[in-house]
Amino acid sequence: MARTIIPFGPQHPVLPEPLHLKLTLEDETVVEAIPALGYIHRGLEGLARGRDFNQMVYVVERVCGICSCIHALCYCNCIEKLMGLDVPRRAKYLRVIWSELHRIHSHLLWLGLFADAFGFESLFMALWRVRERVMNILEATAGNRVIISVNIIGGVRRDINGAMLQHMLLDLDAIEKELKPLYSTMMNDYTVQKRTVGVGVLSKEQAYALGSAGPVLRGSGWAQDMRQLKYEAFEDLDFEPVVEHEGDCFARNKVRFREVFQSIDLVREAIRKLPDGDLAVKVKGNPEGEITFRVEQPRGELFYYVRCNGEKNPERVRIRTPTFANIPPLLAMLPGVQLADVPVIALSIDPCISCTER
Amino acid sequence: MKFDLQQWINTGRLKSPWVAHYDCGSCNGCDIEVLACLTPVYDVERFGIINVGNPKQADVLLVSGTVNPRNRVVLKNLYDQMQHPKAVIALGACGLNGGIFQEAYNVVGGVDKVIPVDVYVPGCPPKPEAIIDAVVVALGKIKEQLEKADRGQAVNG
Repeated sequence: MARTIIPFGPQHPVLPEPLHLKLTLEDETVVEAIPALGYIHRGLEGLARGRDFNQMVYVVERVCGICSCIHALCYCNCIEKLMGLDVPRRAKYLRVIWSELHRIHSHLLWLGLFADAFGFESLFMALWRVRERVMNILEATAGNRVIISVNIIGGVRRDINGAMLQHMLLDLDAIEKELKPLYSTMMNDYTVQKRTVGVGVLSKEQAYALGSAGPVLRGSGWAQDMRQLKYEAFEDLDFEPVVEHEGDCFARNKVRFREVFQSIDLVREAIRKLPDGDLAVKVKGNPEGEITFRVEQPRGELFYYVRCNGEKNPERVRIRTPTFANIPPLLAMLPGVQLADVPVIALSIDPCISCTER
Repeated sequence: MKFDLQQWINTGRLKSPWVAHYDCGSCNGCDIEVLACLTPVYDVERFGIINVGNPKQADVLLVSGTVNPRNRVVLKNLYDQMQHPKAVIALGACGLNGGIFQEAYNVVGGVDKVIPVDVYVPGCPPKPEAIIDAVVVALGKIKEQLEKADRGQAVNG
C-alpha cells in the first residue's frame, strides 16, 4: 500500500504550541511518527552565564508560563541548599499553596484542551470557567495572573493575610462544588469514553522502560510522584500519589482530574497548618558547589542541576523537563492508531513544548 | 440602491474578525491568556471574534513570543498565506523586542524583525482585556487598509 507522509504541526488548531510530528500513514493508519523539535528553542540555560543567581529566578520562571512557580521553586531550592539557607516554615507553606494552585490551573487548562481535542466544546468552556476562579486567586494573592514571581532565594516575596486565606477557602469550596458535576461528565459521558477508552495504550512495562514521567507514568500503574520526596512543606502534609492502571488516554485523564481534587485538599490542609513567622531570610555571599534537585510539576518530574563556583553567576544550569521524558512514550503510542486519534493522543501526554525546548 | 458585494464583505470583515494564533517561542504565558479570551469569562465570540486554525481564513495574526532562526520561516510563511487586508499583533514583552530572552543565543528579536507589526501589546503576559483591546485596535488598521484600497484598486481576495 502506498505510504503518505503528512505533517502534524507546527501550527495546529488543537495545540497552541508548535509541536511538529511527521506522520507516515498507510491509508488512515499511522505507521511511524518522527518528532521535529526546536521551533521555540531560545537558549535559556545559556542565559545563566550573564545573570546573577538572583536574577536567574525570573529567567527560569519563563521556561514555562503554565508552571512558572514550580520552576522557580526548584531553582530556589537548589541555590538555598548550596548556600545552606534555612527557609522559614511559613515561606515553605506559602510556596506549597502557590505551587498547588498552579497545578490546579494547569490541570484544568489541560482537561479543557483535551475536551476540545475530541470536539466536546461545551465541556472545554465549563472547565475554563472554573479555571478563571483559580486565576483570580492567583491575581489576588500574587498580583499577576500567570507568571506570579513569588519565589525568591531565601523565601517568598509576599504574604497572604488571614482574610485572604478565608476567602481562598470559600473559593476552593466553590471550585470543588463546580467541578463535581464536570468530573462525572468526564468519567461517564458516552462521547468521552468513545474517544479515549483503549486509545493510545501504554503498558506498565513500556511506561517504565521508556522513562515516562508524571500523569503518563501514574496512568500506567506506577505510584511515582516527586512530592513523595517531601520537599518544602510536603513533609507535614498528607499525600498519596494518584494511580490508575489502564494506561490509556482515559486513565491519564482520570489521574489529572483526581489530582485536581487532591491539590484542592492539599491547599486546604496547608492553609489550616500555616505557621506564623518570617517570609524570607537574608542572603549573603555567593553559592558554591553543585547540586541536583527534583520536584513534581503538573506534567511530571522536573529536574534541575546547578553548578556554581563562588561567583555571582551560576556556571551551569541544566533543566530536564517532564515533556522531554514523555515524548518517547508518545512515539510508542502512535503507530497503529487512526489519524483522527493523533490529536487526542498527542494531547494526552500534556505536551509543554516551551519547557522541552527552552 | 444597487447591492454592493464588496461593501458587504468589508462590513463582515470589520464586524467579525477571524484571528489566527501562532506561538513563536513564547513561554506559554501569552498563549494561555489568548485561550482565556475565548472562554466564558472574557468570551470574545460576543464581538464576533473567532479563533481559526487556517491562516488563509484569518484577518488578524496574533503572534506571541520571540523569533528564532527556525520558526521565522514558519512565521513568514503564515503571514504570506493570509489574504489582504491583514493585521499583525505582537503579544508580550518578548514579542515586542525579545524581553527577558533578548540576550539568549538563539533569539533573533521581536516579531517586527520578520513581519510588519501593527499593534504591540506589552506585559508579561498581557491580560486578556489587553489582548481584546489589541484586536479592536487592529480592526481600525484593517479599516484604514480597506479605505485606502477603496480609493485605489479593488482589495485582493
